[in-house]
Amino acid sequence: MEERQQGTERKLSRREVLQGLAALLATLASSGCRTGGSPELDAFLQKHFWRLTPAELDAVLARLEKQYAERFGKPVSVKATPPLEGVTFAYALDIARCIGCRRCVYGCVEENNQSRNPQVHWITVLEMDKEKGVNLQYADAFYDHALVPEPDKFYMPVACMHCENPPCVKVCPVNATWKDADGIVVIDYNWCIGCRCCMSGCPYGARHFNWAPPDLPPEDLNANTEYLGNRPRPRGVVEKCHFCIQRVRHGQYPKCVEVCPVGARKFGNLLDPKSEIRYILENKRVYILKEDLNTQPKFYYYYGI
Amino acid sequence: MRELYDFVRGSVAIAVRGNRAYYAWMALLLVLALQGVAAYCHQARTGLIVTNMRDPVSWAFYIGNFTFLVGVGAAAVMLVIPAYLYDWKPIKEVVVFGELLAIAAMVMCLLFVLVDMGRPDRFWHMLPFLGSLHLPMSLLAWDAVVLNVYLCLNLVIAGYLIFSTFRGRRYNPRFVVPLVIFSIPMAISIHTVTAFIYNGMAGRPYWNSAILAPRFLASAFCSGPVVLLILFQIVRRIARFDIKDEALHKIAELMAYAMGINLFLTGAEIFKEYYSDTQHLVYFQYLFSGLHGRRSPIAIYGWAAMILGIAAFILFVIPRTRKNPITMNLGCLMIYGSVYIEKGIALLIPGYTPDVLGQVYEYVPSATEVRVSMGIFGIGFLLFTVMAKVAVATLSGRLAATPR
Amino acid sequence: MRNAAGLRKALIQACVGLAALVVLISIVRSEDAPRKAEPVQGPAGNDEVAVAPPPFSEEIFPCSGCHEDLKVNTTPRQLKKNHKEIILHHGDRWCLDCHDALARDKLHLANGKLIDFTESFRLCGQCHGPTLRDWRAGEHGKRTGNWSGRKQYLLCVHCHNPHAPRYKPMEPLPPPVRPEDIR
Repeated sequence: MEERQQGTERKLSRREVLQGLAALLATLASSGCRTGGSPELDAFLQKHFWRLTPAELDAVLARLEKQYAERFGKPVSVKATPPLEGVTFAYALDIARCIGCRRCVYGCVEENNQSRNPQVHWITVLEMDKEKGVNLQYADAFYDHALVPEPDKFYMPVACMHCENPPCVKVCPVNATWKDADGIVVIDYNWCIGCRCCMSGCPYGARHFNWAPPDLPPEDLNANTEYLGNRPRPRGVVEKCHFCIQRVRHGQYPKCVEVCPVGARKFGNLLDPKSEIRYILENKRVYILKEDLNTQPKFYYYYGI
Repeated sequence: MRELYDFVRGSVAIAVRGNRAYYAWMALLLVLALQGVAAYCHQARTGLIVTNMRDPVSWAFYIGNFTFLVGVGAAAVMLVIPAYLYDWKPIKEVVVFGELLAIAAMVMCLLFVLVDMGRPDRFWHMLPFLGSLHLPMSLLAWDAVVLNVYLCLNLVIAGYLIFSTFRGRRYNPRFVVPLVIFSIPMAISIHTVTAFIYNGMAGRPYWNSAILAPRFLASAFCSGPVVLLILFQIVRRIARFDIKDEALHKIAELMAYAMGINLFLTGAEIFKEYYSDTQHLVYFQYLFSGLHGRRSPIAIYGWAAMILGIAAFILFVIPRTRKNPITMNLGCLMIYGSVYIEKGIALLIPGYTPDVLGQVYEYVPSATEVRVSMGIFGIGFLLFTVMAKVAVATLSGRLAATPR
Repeated sequence: MRNAAGLRKALIQACVGLAALVVLISIVRSEDAPRKAEPVQGPAGNDEVAVAPPPFSEEIFPCSGCHEDLKVNTTPRQLKKNHKEIILHHGDRWCLDCHDALARDKLHLANGKLIDFTESFRLCGQCHGPTLRDWRAGEHGKRTGNWSGRKQYLLCVHCHNPHAPRYKPMEPLPPPVRPEDIR
């Protein structure tokens, strides 16, 4: 474009304007600088979790706490607790004991701030026939009996397996999900673009999508949240079980373990030889769902009796 | 620059002028596009819940259309190979239309991905360096790269060819031919990478088959050129543009071979599943018959795709019916329909039904999904029509910097 | 962890655990005031693990409060006057197979040894040996508290009614909403 002189001023050429805009956007995006206090712009330009400096992470957490406090009308804490050292989490579920009461499902919903409408459950309890064994083609997730357990059925709850070789981590195009040092496969809800490739890749149906803005009544909010865990999610992102990061990274059991009325659920540090999880793996008949897929889950099913 | 400005002005003049049929066609496309935009606004406001996709079937109509259109875009290479590799003149002059089709198809693909994303505002996360593109492990990341590279490649090639013709200058072969040769492996790669996205998922046995990528390519090559065959017949009739019968017959012949390979590969898949009779048969059962005693709602589509594909192959493989315009066009419509189903409903839905935990969710597209998809097709066809009209005008000399 | 910080952390976790235990007991079938947790042999034999106190019915303990003055009748029979609400459905036995006839505030093992109600797991473990082994290891039973540091143990009787131990079926919580019903 030809430059035209207008007095002493020079009109910016189109190319220069475009270059300037591109440079500005690149600078903003890569520096993650506070853009004059606009939370929407900060949210839009937020960098990937791995690239945040500690100060930037604190700013993100503070922004989220403010946002949640405004939305729910009460103080909410959002932490980003790092993984504990020398810990690899594992989970074991005794299917000889599970009675399919679904208290784990709803305990999880309350603890982890899932959307009530549309309903999001992170745990799916499958009812299967004792005669047919573990055959998913004859499994029923929607059983609705007056009392459980039904005499000739057994129950197998399924949630995220926190695989060693996770297909979901492999396929994510933007690194929004990864396996943390303590074995938990986490999701950064502020980075996820909602492409749902991970949902197609997961062989266990463990990942769930927020098809609509999640509806969470303030009285049902659990205000003790983690950034990569149970903080209220936005719409259009994927979520799943994260072993209750807000609990386990502080030494507690996940909610489902504590809520199970028959003690079918066990959890612990695989690297601790005295943990019950090690005892189970060493002494009980353990199996893995879809073992042939080589996902190497950290969620084991076993027969306690 | 001045020439570029003239070209754009001339193109706009070409685009808005035409006969009654043209206006009717453009009006229809415009209506489709606008209602699609309105439907997408509704979706953007409310969320993807207005589609019928849910957790068990998390990719459906949008991604099905996307997959089909990647194939259409890859099919431009069907013309490029004989034209440039074998220097076959009758096709050389029409190669540029294949590239224009590829551009329109890529634009539609990118639009389908955009409308399917839960957070389109975060599209920049997929940019390398600015965002965090998960290479080399994520096939979706690769797809983002190759689709955009292919789009840019075709924009450059077609734009350069048409603009050179507009200026009355001969194109520089040393600039364009390497790009065109490069577009051959690029075209193969876009569809192979798209196939690998499905192929690599061990948790979805319906897709986790080694011949999925070859099947994709075969079905792409037998359906993509359909749009071009129809376009060339229209262009021959209404514009002063000569396209030899030879070119059309050659394209149809290549399509026939592709159809044969496609049918063979499909047959191989069907044999493997039905003969081995493992648990993985359930997906084919959902496609062709039904599960647990219930008739499958998509069985009619599964069978339609098979029957149309076989019928089209018969019409195209026999030289007489291939050369006869009526049967050729009938065959075109049949193969287009067959592959549209095969890469859409018949690819996506059985992959998710039953889902990984054995549960069945019967998906049908919602009104919003259909409306948005029609809107994107409207935009794509609009784009292609305008580009083709400009190309015809330029190549025939009507649109030129210095009128001939 | 041998340093002061580690001990402090363990102590805090134990206090938190105990607080949770109080809540837990109110869920389980007892209304008794929580008493001091008694240490018990842990899995390695010399770890001490806190176990919740027994879930007595209200004002039932100490048994000697009534039984000190009552005549002892060791004939196996169906009780007609007191304790007639207790349904005994635990194999082929009766009350004094576990409760001691003379020391009413204690239970007795098969070899005659007397044990406190706070150690009733030893009695159960006589027949349910593998379960007792699993319980000590932390595998059997409801798991609460902390996976790192002190675990919270319940007695067998906190979940299993010793008189009629078989679990009754319970009402499940609602099934998930079907995907086609999610709007």
